[in-house]
Amino acid sequence: MAYQIEGKTIEHDEEGYITNINEWTSDLAGIIAKDEGIDMTDEHWEVVNFLRDYYNEYQIAPAVRVLVKAIKKKFGPEKGSNKYLYELFPYGPAKQACKIAGLPKPTGCV
Amino acid sequence: MMHTVNKSPFERNVLDSCLRLAKKGSVILLYEDAVYAAAAGTTATDTVKAASNEYSFYVLGPDLAARGITEDQVVDGVNVVDYGGFVDLVVEHGPVQSWL
Amino acid sequence: MEDEFEGTFDTEGVIKKFMFVNRKAPYGTIYALESLETVLISAAFEQDTSVAFVDDGVYQLKKGQDTTGINMKNFSPTYRALEGYDVEKLYVEKESLEARGLTEDDLVVDVEVLSAEELSELMDEQDVVLSA
Repeated sequence: MAYQIEGKTIEHDEEGYITNINEWTSDLAGIIAKDEGIDMTDEHWEVVNFLRDYYNEYQIAPAVRVLVKAIKKKFGPEKGSNKYLYELFPYGPAKQACKIAGLPKPTGCV
Repeated sequence: MMHTVNKSPFERNVLDSCLRLAKKGSVILLYEDAVYAAAAGTTATDTVKAASNEYSFYVLGPDLAARGITEDQVVDGVNVVDYGGFVDLVVEHGPVQSWL
Repeated sequence: MEDEFEGTFDTEGVIKKFMFVNRKAPYGTIYALESLETVLISAAFEQDTSVAFVDDGVYQLKKGQDTTGINMKNFSPTYRALEGYDVEKLYVEKESLEARGLTEDDLVVDVEVLSAEELSELMDEQDVVLSA
């Protein structure tokens, strides 16, 4: 199973998470988002970029509770809420946004 | 003869057994969790220091780096080798006895 | 999937004292990584969690780990994420640190250093102790 982008093949697992985090590009994010039925806006990018920064620092994808808290700390209470994040990523901010960000499935998400 | 040890000296007595039974003058290579034995300033340091006079002691560099031990923290008398160096030692000093 | 919804793990106010006791060095075996993952997962249950590092477990927190040469994931930065998971009680046994020539300054996170005697008391107060 793989995404095709500009002649390149990027492997993913049965749920669509890419297998090699280093193969991620912003163009690929757009393709994954499309598969998820998401039209990427600046607000979506803000969360996706935040997740990538979080992963770089801690080497894990955060659980949603932790993500909400961390976003609240950085962008304020309006964005740091379940409601805001679920509006952007209806199937779950941690899972859907992590997939678009090229990260593994959040730890603790079975 | 060459001996390899891969267990932490603080968790298993493998290094002690190796030092008791390995013939003096042979080569001993520490890798994986055994590299902790090569770090200076621990309760294993005196053992390794004393043994380094009787054996040719080596430690695997990539395993040191993974565990946050720098080369200048390695006990005097223990030589750091990379994977290529490991292979060279086996070629030159084999057969190998692996103490697991 | 359940952790997508806050409150799913609501244990109706019953908060137990959980302690994870880490005794293994990080890369030679899988115990350290598995234990860390268990801590992160259990954080969703919002219990009174603490993590103790004793014996070779103190090596999990050693600064300066670089695993590029052994082709394994360096998970030492993940211990710094524990605070965000509300796991803030990290204890290290003094005797274990000293035997390995380490001090608090050698560790990637802020911890409370306890003597064996103090840690023994703390362990005895727990409802659940998970050792790896």
